[in-house]
Amino acid sequence: MTLGSIREQLYGTAPPRGLYCAFPLGRPLGVPNDPTFQHRVLARAFGLLEATSPTVVDYGETITDDPEEVLVCPLPLRHDPEAHPAVDEARGLRAAYERAVKKFGNRTGAVRHLDADAVPDAIAAFIRVAEGTPWKEAGIPGIPARAAQDIRGYYEMAAMEIAGHTPAAWAGYRWYRDQTETGTVIKSAQKAMKDSGTKEALWRFLLPLDAQVT
Amino acid sequence: MRSDLRLNFDPATAKEGIVTDTYIKTGAARTECPTFEDPAFVTPKPLVSSKVAIVTSASLHHEDDDDFAPVDTGFRVLERGRRDIVVGHWSPNFDATGVSADLNVVFPIDRLEEMAADGHIGSVSDIHLAVAGNQFDLAGIRLDGGPAAAALLQEHEVDVVLLTPV
Repeated sequence: MTLGSIREQLYGTAPPRGLYCAFPLGRPLGVPNDPTFQHRVLARAFGLLEATSPTVVDYGETITDDPEEVLVCPLPLRHDPEAHPAVDEARGLRAAYERAVKKFGNRTGAVRHLDADAVPDAIAAFIRVAEGTPWKEAGIPGIPARAAQDIRGYYEMAAMEIAGHTPAAWAGYRWYRDQTETGTVIKSAQKAMKDSGTKEALWRFLLPLDAQVT
Repeated sequence: MRSDLRLNFDPATAKEGIVTDTYIKTGAARTECPTFEDPAFVTPKPLVSSKVAIVTSASLHHEDDDDFAPVDTGFRVLERGRRDIVVGHWSPNFDATGVSADLNVVFPIDRLEEMAADGHIGSVSDIHLAVAGNQFDLAGIRLDGGPAAAALLQEHEVDVVLLTPV
């Protein structure tokens, strides 16, 4: 029995039993920390076991990605005027990040390739890329997209702790992309890699596909 | 069946202000997906006596297990009692804060335990599986990783599988 987040894909592949849920990508059960909601989805999904022939249906409830939904998350004050603002910002978020890891565990933070200690230096590498250094010479630890994922995860976890709640889907990402110094660095690095003729697969996934690389 | 599927995104058509989720889903919706002329369909035994497992494409793995590769048609085993789980997904195109805050929004293991305790399902499988999302080598999944995963679930006498997509 398959849940689906993209209607055309679910109906197109036609699994034996499918439930299309119009929920944000990354939240197939809809609402985090809401067991009642999640049980409702599961009840509907398991109900499809009663079907006597291949069946794909819509769940019915919709959760949309609302661009008006913003994450209010104050960033730390500057501490080291000698450091690049993005590096200083990342260091300033460390305590909040560590509290988030203690509270939530570390499923999506600096955990795949970088650890928290390595985040500021990784950001410094992307700063060099944004300023024109070829990405291979900039000292990015490992594959750029993986390092960028860990940086984003570090920021989003810190933001969840500072904000004091789990944001609506994508609100944390938009905060990171648009409100932080590091988000600006990553966008600039992405553009620099693209403009230098770097293979698309290496820069396209530094950020989600909605990021406008002009 | 084509094995060189690619996401059919067109950044040039993205409009300023378009919501992230909608933009990504619109592109993904244009991706050609495989169709199966004769999909497997069975009638399972009653849910109240069924053993249930989760299979997720969220690329989850235990902290001491191998990370997923960018191209990875294999799977990782998730043990029922362990919650030390990392999201090893290579795509950035989903909201990650949900699963950061609550594993169950992607991998509803605690919900299954509650359903078993309440008698709605027979039991929770001791093993669950995670595969990598964002894969295009469908032949590898269909001929190798997929059958191996199914065999393991059968070995553990799983009756019902819930697939969760990321």
